[in-house]
Amino acid sequence: MTAATTTLPSSPRSFSNAQIALAFVAVAVVLTILQYIGLLPAWMHRLPEAIIPNFASVLDTVFNFVKDDLGLLALTRFLTEGLEWLLDFSANIFFGKRRFPNIGPIPWTAMAAVASVIGYYLGGWRLALLGGGTMVWTALIGQWEIAMQTMSVLAIAAPLAFVIGLSLGIAAWKYAWVDKAIKPILSVLQTLPFFTYLLPAVIFFKVGPTAGAVATTIYAIPPMILMTTLGLKKVSPEVVEAGKMSGCTKAQMLRHVYIPSARTEILVGVNQVIMLSLAMVVLTAFIGMPGLGAKLLAMMGSFKLGRSFEIGITIVLLAVMLDRMSKAWVIKQPEHFERGTPLWKKHSMLLLGLGLFIGFTLLSLVVPFLAEVGRGQDFSQGKELDNLIKAFLNIEWVKATTGFLRAFLNVQVLIPFRNFMLSIPTPAFILLVAAFAFALAGRREAIYALVFFSLVALSGWWDRAIITLYSVISAVSLAALIGLPIGILASRSKKWSERVLLVCDTAQTFPSFVYLIPAIMLFGITDVAVIFSILVFAMVPLTRYTIEGLRNVPEEMTEAADMSGAKRFQKLWSVQLPIALPTMAVGFNQAIMFAFFMVIIAAFIGTQDLGQELQRTLAGTDLGKNFVLGICVSLMALTFDLTIMKWAADKKRMLGLQ
Amino acid sequence: MNKFTTALTAGTLALAPLSAFAADSDDPIVIPIHNWSSQIVMSNVVGQILEMNGNAVEYVTTDSQAVYESVRLGDVTLEMEVWEGAFGASFRAAMEKGGIVDVGDHDAVTREDWWYPMWTKDACPGLPSWEALNDCAALFATAETGDKGRYLDGPVDWLKHGQERVEALGMDFVVVNAGSAAALWAEIGAAEADKRPIVVFNWTPNFAEAVWPGEFVEFPEWVDGCDKDPAVGPNPDALYDCGNPANGYMKKAAWEGMEEKWPSAYDILEKINFTNPQIAEMAKLVDIDELEPEEAAEVWLEANEGVWKSWLN
Repeated sequence: MTAATTTLPSSPRSFSNAQIALAFVAVAVVLTILQYIGLLPAWMHRLPEAIIPNFASVLDTVFNFVKDDLGLLALTRFLTEGLEWLLDFSANIFFGKRRFPNIGPIPWTAMAAVASVIGYYLGGWRLALLGGGTMVWTALIGQWEIAMQTMSVLAIAAPLAFVIGLSLGIAAWKYAWVDKAIKPILSVLQTLPFFTYLLPAVIFFKVGPTAGAVATTIYAIPPMILMTTLGLKKVSPEVVEAGKMSGCTKAQMLRHVYIPSARTEILVGVNQVIMLSLAMVVLTAFIGMPGLGAKLLAMMGSFKLGRSFEIGITIVLLAVMLDRMSKAWVIKQPEHFERGTPLWKKHSMLLLGLGLFIGFTLLSLVVPFLAEVGRGQDFSQGKELDNLIKAFLNIEWVKATTGFLRAFLNVQVLIPFRNFMLSIPTPAFILLVAAFAFALAGRREAIYALVFFSLVALSGWWDRAIITLYSVISAVSLAALIGLPIGILASRSKKWSERVLLVCDTAQTFPSFVYLIPAIMLFGITDVAVIFSILVFAMVPLTRYTIEGLRNVPEEMTEAADMSGAKRFQKLWSVQLPIALPTMAVGFNQAIMFAFFMVIIAAFIGTQDLGQELQRTLAGTDLGKNFVLGICVSLMALTFDLTIMKWAADKKRMLGLQ
Repeated sequence: MNKFTTALTAGTLALAPLSAFAADSDDPIVIPIHNWSSQIVMSNVVGQILEMNGNAVEYVTTDSQAVYESVRLGDVTLEMEVWEGAFGASFRAAMEKGGIVDVGDHDAVTREDWWYPMWTKDACPGLPSWEALNDCAALFATAETGDKGRYLDGPVDWLKHGQERVEALGMDFVVVNAGSAAALWAEIGAAEADKRPIVVFNWTPNFAEAVWPGEFVEFPEWVDGCDKDPAVGPNPDALYDCGNPANGYMKKAAWEGMEEKWPSAYDILEKINFTNPQIAEMAKLVDIDELEPEEAAEVWLEANEGVWKSWLN
């Protein structure tokens, strides 16, 4: 403590951020050294149990009060019934659940035809092929019914997220106080681990598709709100003026002026909603969401690698199809026809779709195979794939490499690093994080870091939080070592950039659960397997943003470098990278957020971090503990998010990029 | 389509003679499905039996621990497999809160303990005795555990007390916890390729027996109180110095309101009773023969009419 008083003067303003950060680091180092030579009292190393407040039980009491005494449960259960009716309706249409209106299921051939027509309408032959092909693959591989179970819930959850997100976005744009109230909630929501959504969803909305739909909706809302507000704010004054001059009422202004002008941003929001909904397919299976996710978990539970791999491919195909279609929709401008164009011509695509739909529906009444691919008629190659994957994992050099990695990385690097992080006294660690925020961003972020990490310490889950952080830091560092060079190399040519970005897209939508098993088979139940599974996921944004940052460097600058005779490496190092750095920092930030997301899933391999405790709370009704753990993860992620984003924004302003 | 129509006709046919005293509600009975095959098939078997009784049945996928809270609230009507070791705690906790009832035991017994696949025995012929296992500890060493053996325990939340047992019996093993059942299978699968000796947590009945033949390690026999009284068991100063009970119960549980709402279905549920071989057969239909669970249930019902016919009212 004496070190702190001597290096920290009463008026910090006279010192630069870097100096204060350095002072923080110095204090932290002194504390750590004291700990190592055994002079630090125990209460300075870890908060004593006695002063840790029991947040969990307080929260439990509050939850129970709100749930039972204020009647929230009765309200949500009432809403559940409405939601259930909607879900039953779509379930009947998609896979023929015996509910109103009792007309489903739609034959797969009819669906495939409609998907092709929509694809053609939005983006020509390529999208038609993608749409139809995805449906045909799903049916022929024998996953039609489970895929439609998934789609039947998404068909309700995604529009719901769209409507709620759009309304909240409009409200936030209209009223400053809504915007102010919503912003922090959104930040927390976006960093909260999904396990924290799941338990309340079950308690309030009943296990099954209803809870799955609610969790999916909540997860998908934030980007919709953000994109709506962003789009509405960007509407140009001239357009608004024109609307006012033509005498629009307030409602007309919104409907005919603002929303059409913000169309692009709103549709980007729609795209985000769809992608996030698909990301939840497997996770919501834990709370009774039927379909692809549930089947995947069952397949993993009986060690069927091939079949789970096939389900993974289906999910990727569905995601890519919906992603490309909604992106094509963003670009496609509304069509305008000359006056007097016959009605059928205006709606030729609609008619074609309808015609094919009816045609295939009728045809499938005669040919049952076109209605449903029956048992044993599918082309699943589960067993063959099983053997293929196992054979690959058993190749000598693969085993030798992973064996070496396991022995070296785990024993020499990871375990010592983890033990070191755990040995740092709590106050020293908090100071280090604050110093990091101070040096990169500034005083405000440093205060946030101090408060957030102190709260984590007070939660009583410090050790587990540190292990979580250790996994995140190790994985992101390794991901940067691999992902950045790939991004830099790929950015040299347009062709390679596109290829690598496609791989990124696929890796991002491929359900992470599928590669948990191969990761374990390669590396055993060790930290290497955990880090590996996070790394695969965290590498994606790093590579993507590196490519985007480097390719968007203004041409004048690279030309200037060429003219002054810079070598390729010099150009990269002193011109391109500095300018791309802020964008790369955004990628780095996203990598950290993804890592915080994945580290929770990695609990299924076997960890001793917050994710493991969170997974445990799913079993019971420990809402309080569940919430405390979730907030711990969220606070840590938020600290990094705030700091890095502030840094990137500052840098961009300095470079005059914004 | 086909499956639905058969089920529907079967349902209506069965309903006709029964309608005289069918006081069961028309609401569907909600049966939970978990992520292991025997449970999925068994639930489908029971569902199809109840459909023959004229009940409407629906399946919902749930977590096997969280399900007890759902049963308590009536969101889920029944649970076919309550394992003493794995779910006893969740079940008892739900019982204490109220809303869930015990509908009796299956004849099937459950066992959960340290287990090894057969190839391990080639390297360590003294097995299954635990002393022999301990003498071979070095065979199970990994890069992380040094010269001690590694025992792969179930997820921490299964509360298997592997660590306590290692200490109580003074074994040269390090306990590592897997994060999920899938993680356990992945480790066994990886060891299978080069027949590496491995000792992991496992249980019966499950699909693994059919895929990887193996045996449980024989620890000092379970004596009541081994988990509460240090004096019980070979080590007078330690708890958990015995193996787990070799015949744990497997119960059926139901929502409290089931008996009133669907009396006839509840009556059937009380009579339903499966044995270990029957359960193994159900699992085999899915895990080895690669049938879909609903289809496996149909096949099983067809082949075992003698077993279930008498349960129907």
